[in-house]
Amino acid sequence: MPFLLSVNGAEHPVDAPPDSKLLYVLRDSLGLTGTKYGCGEGMCGACTVLLDGKPARSCQAPLSTVVGKKITTIEGLEQNGRLHPVQEAFVGVEAFQCAYCTSGMIMAAVGLLNRNSRPSDEEIIDAMDGNICRCGTYPRIVEAVRQAAAKGSAQ
Amino acid sequence: MNDEADGDLLLEVQQHAAIRPLRYGFALGRRDFFKLLGSGMVVCLSTGPARTQESGARRHSEEDLPQNIQAWLHIAEDGRVTVYTGKVEVGQNIRTSLTQQVAEELRVSASSIGLIMGDTALTPYDMGTFGSRTTPTMGPQLRNVSAAAREILIDLAAQRWHADRSSLVAADGEISDRNSHRSVAYGELTKGRELVQMIGDDPALEPPSQWRIAGTPMPKVEARAFVTGKHQYPSDVIRPGMLHGKVLRPSAFRATLKSFDPGGAKQISEVTVVRDGDFVGVAAPDLGTASKALQAMHAEWAAPPQTSEATLFEDVRKAATEETDNPGGPPRFTAGSIERGFSSADHTLAQSYRVSYIAHVPLEPRAAVAEWQDGKLTVWTGTQRPFAVRDELAQAFRISSDKVRVLVPDTGSAYGGKHTGDAAVEAARLAKAANRPVKLVWTREEEFTWAYFRPAGVIDVKSGIRRDGSVVAWRFDNYSSGPAGLRPPYAIPHQAIEFHPTDPPLRQGSYRGLAAPANHFAREVHMDELAHLIGMDCLEFRMKNLTDARVRAVLETAAQKFGWQRDKSSPTRGLGIALGAEKGSYVATCVELEITGREVKLKRVVEAFECGAVVNPNGLENQIAGAIMMSLGGALFEAIHFGNGRILNPHLVSYRVPRFSDLPKIEVEIVNRKDLAPAGAGETPLMAVAPAISNAIFAATGIRLRSLPMVPDGLPANPPGTHA
Repeated sequence: MPFLLSVNGAEHPVDAPPDSKLLYVLRDSLGLTGTKYGCGEGMCGACTVLLDGKPARSCQAPLSTVVGKKITTIEGLEQNGRLHPVQEAFVGVEAFQCAYCTSGMIMAAVGLLNRNSRPSDEEIIDAMDGNICRCGTYPRIVEAVRQAAAKGSAQ
Repeated sequence: MNDEADGDLLLEVQQHAAIRPLRYGFALGRRDFFKLLGSGMVVCLSTGPARTQESGARRHSEEDLPQNIQAWLHIAEDGRVTVYTGKVEVGQNIRTSLTQQVAEELRVSASSIGLIMGDTALTPYDMGTFGSRTTPTMGPQLRNVSAAAREILIDLAAQRWHADRSSLVAADGEISDRNSHRSVAYGELTKGRELVQMIGDDPALEPPSQWRIAGTPMPKVEARAFVTGKHQYPSDVIRPGMLHGKVLRPSAFRATLKSFDPGGAKQISEVTVVRDGDFVGVAAPDLGTASKALQAMHAEWAAPPQTSEATLFEDVRKAATEETDNPGGPPRFTAGSIERGFSSADHTLAQSYRVSYIAHVPLEPRAAVAEWQDGKLTVWTGTQRPFAVRDELAQAFRISSDKVRVLVPDTGSAYGGKHTGDAAVEAARLAKAANRPVKLVWTREEEFTWAYFRPAGVIDVKSGIRRDGSVVAWRFDNYSSGPAGLRPPYAIPHQAIEFHPTDPPLRQGSYRGLAAPANHFAREVHMDELAHLIGMDCLEFRMKNLTDARVRAVLETAAQKFGWQRDKSSPTRGLGIALGAEKGSYVATCVELEITGREVKLKRVVEAFECGAVVNPNGLENQIAGAIMMSLGGALFEAIHFGNGRILNPHLVSYRVPRFSDLPKIEVEIVNRKDLAPAGAGETPLMAVAPAISNAIFAATGIRLRSLPMVPDGLPANPPGTHA
């Protein structure tokens, strides 16, 4: 029996073992490659998605535990051709270099702003500390989250 | 190229040659071998990778790049400009900075330009993207091409209108005639045909002071694709019918396969098992099945006993000493007479500095998708040297290079770590066996283990100084870490500088800046020690020994912005300063850190940087701040631990990299020299961070830390070399 996953507002039947990690289901079964593999250990945040609006490491989430949850990936943030305010802020500040971490950074930031619409710098750093940017663009990412918060991105 | 640039390039090439290949021992079936070569006498040439790299470099230097315009640039009938370059984008933002330079000289909008990068079938040969060379070499190349194309377009318009060339102006993708007010779009002039003329010797280039598009903070090209997840990195490439590969890794470095039994792996449906020499791998419809197949196999490996980390630094010095006096060998520089220098000194100081192995940790691990079709091989992979990887593949599979195409989609970073084609070769081997396209993405553990490292090493410095603060003798011996950035930017009359290579215990290779950060660390910490030895202010002491105006300028800029003269260190607050000069760019860094018990927390970094005329101030600021952040890791806590041919901390939980919580306040001061040619900036901003931190820790605590990383577990409980 395939699992039924709700991803970015659409239902997808997925035929995979129940212990398959969500990351590989998204990337290899559904072709949603915006969510990245970085370590497979939950230590870098590149694979961050939202489960019912909360950030989660998709490389650590078995398929069986995400059935019935609203899964949002980086591909699901843009609405009718309009970028999410966090995406817009990342572009505006240019909060990336190689940008491989960017999907996970944006999802973590959206998750943070969902529960705290005006985070302090300490709260941003605390919430994002599990996400690695090896290029070291942390100052710009903090600035992008600040700007997105100032624009009232909480939804 | 001047001598220094030539030397830098040589160091890079030597470094590539020195990267030990992973041992696969592919033994293509004998029948396959003869099929490929045809009948007749087979002469097998044994060429090591070192030789291949060297001859590759000689065959295609940057001097003999194609000089015909159509190899580099095409203007379509609709005015769309396509530019071809073998350089690759790994986050250093050259797709944007090169676009700006083409736009500037061709006089078109940046949005009408698209760059094809790192595709061996479409772009001119390129040695690779390394050594901060894109800006000083590819930038001028594309500016020349664009200026030559612009002049041809003016010629075409002059012919079409029978007009005087001098009344024609190129701007905004059009040629217009000032006299008759006619205008014609570039695309209409070329009708998509190739511009076949050669690039002239001296096309008139805009000087940086007149730049309108270059020199501005243009945002990253195609930024939207990166924030929406639409950009396809090498590991995101999907091909029809594609399988997923996994490789069975040896038990230790230098291991050979003693026995192999595929066990239950062959019974799993749709799984292809490959054993070829010492290479074992599988291809399966999904990663889960591939992992299951790997677990079902039984392999026995034989590995020789190997040295461990505990004796690394003694081993390095011992091994190197035996190899000294290698004629025509490793770099050595002398000035004056070192003996005379020491005899004229009032004080001498001898100290040793150490650097550990560190890993690049590109967030996107090595990855490749390989596809065979009609004996031809296409591979999408993340590498800094697509043409070298093409040749590596051709060699591995004994086919000619023109049957191999390597494409490098904009990649998830590299930092000097993606110079080899390991993942490409592995994916191609699996794809050949499965007869289907195969994707192979290294796991983080594979990346930490089977990639190569920044070399570890020991650096001995012995100096002589006069009472007035002038350094008169400088003996500098680098064991194993590398020869980049060996020479001091200081005016020291008597110098003896040498690099001593060794056969290293771990696979090692390029890393952002090569050994220059290590050599800067030793040099700038030593200079600080000398300043304290004679009781002189660290800034004043450096200035006294500096004559180079560009170094002095960044040092003054950083010190002023930081408030060096105004501020003082205290036992809980350390201030440190250091400088660097490398690859034609200049840096000075001041840091402030806070000491709480044994904990060191970086609070503020001020860095002044100068790389000639700035092509993109926004991208440059991003590079500098990022380099500062990255270098904190190697300075404070990053180190690879190993023993007996294994890596002991091949995970992010045990190998710590800088995170948000390590972020100090970073202030970047760019010195923009529009009167000078642009130099690269991807590496030099790293150079002065670690020594500035060591110097600040000393200023606060009196503890002198001479080994990188400095505080993996906080300040040492029983510090070596405490003053007093």
